Amino acid sequence: MQTAHRAKSVPVPTEQIILFWISGQLFGVSSSAIQEVRSSDSLSGPSGEIFADALNKVRQITKRGDTTVYVVDGARHFGLQSTSGALVFVLRDTRTALLVDGIERMTTMTRLQALPKAFRSDERKWYRGLTALDQTVVPIIHPEGFLTPEEIAELDLSVAAKKLHLSDSSEETKFLQ
Amino acid sequence: MTVSLELELQSYVLLQLGEHRFAIAANQVAELVAPSRVFCFPHRTPNIEGVILRRGRIVPVCDVGEPLIGKRVTSRRYYLIAVRLYKTQSEWVAIPVTGECSLIHSDLNPPAESDATHVGGWLSHDGHVIQVLNLEALIPAHESDGLHGSRRQFAEAQR
Repeated sequence: MQTAHRAKSVPVPTEQIILFWISGQLFGVSSSAIQEVRSSDSLSGPSGEIFADALNKVRQITKRGDTTVYVVDGARHFGLQSTSGALVFVLRDTRTALLVDGIERMTTMTRLQALPKAFRSDERKWYRGLTALDQTVVPIIHPEGFLTPEEIAELDLSVAAKKLHLSDSSEETKFLQ
Repeated sequence: MTVSLELELQSYVLLQLGEHRFAIAANQVAELVAPSRVFCFPHRTPNIEGVILRRGRIVPVCDVGEPLIGKRVTSRRYYLIAVRLYKTQSEWVAIPVTGECSLIHSDLNPPAESDATHVGGWLSHDGHVIQVLNLEALIPAHESDGLHGSRRQFAEAQR
C-alpha cells in the first residue's frame, strides 16, 4: 500500500538531444535546434565554383524559401578526416546546415556542463558544453558556431559575385566544388 | 624549529615530470588519481589532451610537459588534479605526472624578473632548487575568463 505522504520529487530539467557521428567522433545537438534532416543525396545539384579557401568547409548551398543556406562539411569544420557525409541537418534559426555521417540515437540530457575554461580556442564557439552519457563525454554543438556573421556575409558576396542564381525551388542546390 | 618559523612555511606538492621536479602550492591541489580514460573531441587549444570524468565532474587533461620540459609527457603515473583559479570561480585541471608526488613544507623565494611567467617562485628542498608553478600562467584562460597569470595574482592565490 502506498503511503499518502510520498516525498515530492523535484523534476530534473532535461533536454532532448540527437547524438550523431562525424568521422568516427560522437557529437550531440539539441533536437529543438534541428529544423530538418535530409539525405545528402537529396541536395545533389549542378557544380559551381569553390568559395575562398578559408571557407572551403562550405560544400554546398541550398535555398529555404528566400533564404540561402550554406551546407558546412562537419569533418572539415572540426578538422577531422574527410568523409562523404550521408545526412544533412538544417539548423533552425541559422543559415547553416551541417553535413554528418549518421545518427546514433535520440536521448535525454540531464546536465550540460560548461566547457572547461582551459579550452580557450575556436571550440568555445563550437560547443554549448559537454555532457556525460553512459560513461562517455559528448560535446554538444552550438548551432550558430559553424559560420560567423562575417563568414556568412563573405559567402553571400561570393555567391553574388559568381552569379550563382538559385531557383526559388527549395529543392535546388548547388555544389561549390 | 620554532613554532613561529614553522607557521611561516608553506605546503607544496612536489611532482615529477620526466627527470625534472616541480612544485605546486598544496592549497591548489585537490587530489592525486590513477590515470583513467581520456575522452577526446575536436578542439584547437594546445596541450589539452581531452577530458576525464572525476566525481561527476568533467575535468580537462592538460599536458604541461611541452612548456616545462620541452616535450610531451607520454608515460604517466598519476593525474594531479589541480585547482585552477579564474576571476570568479575555480576549476579542476588534471596534470599528468610521471612519478611519485610528495608533500613538503618550505619557504617560497620570489621569481626573478627574467623568469618565465609560469614561474611562481623557487624553493629549496633536499639540496635541490625547485620551480614553483604559477598555474594561472601555465594553463592560460580564454580572454573573457579573467586571470592571465600575473605575478600579483599568483601571490594572491598563495594566501
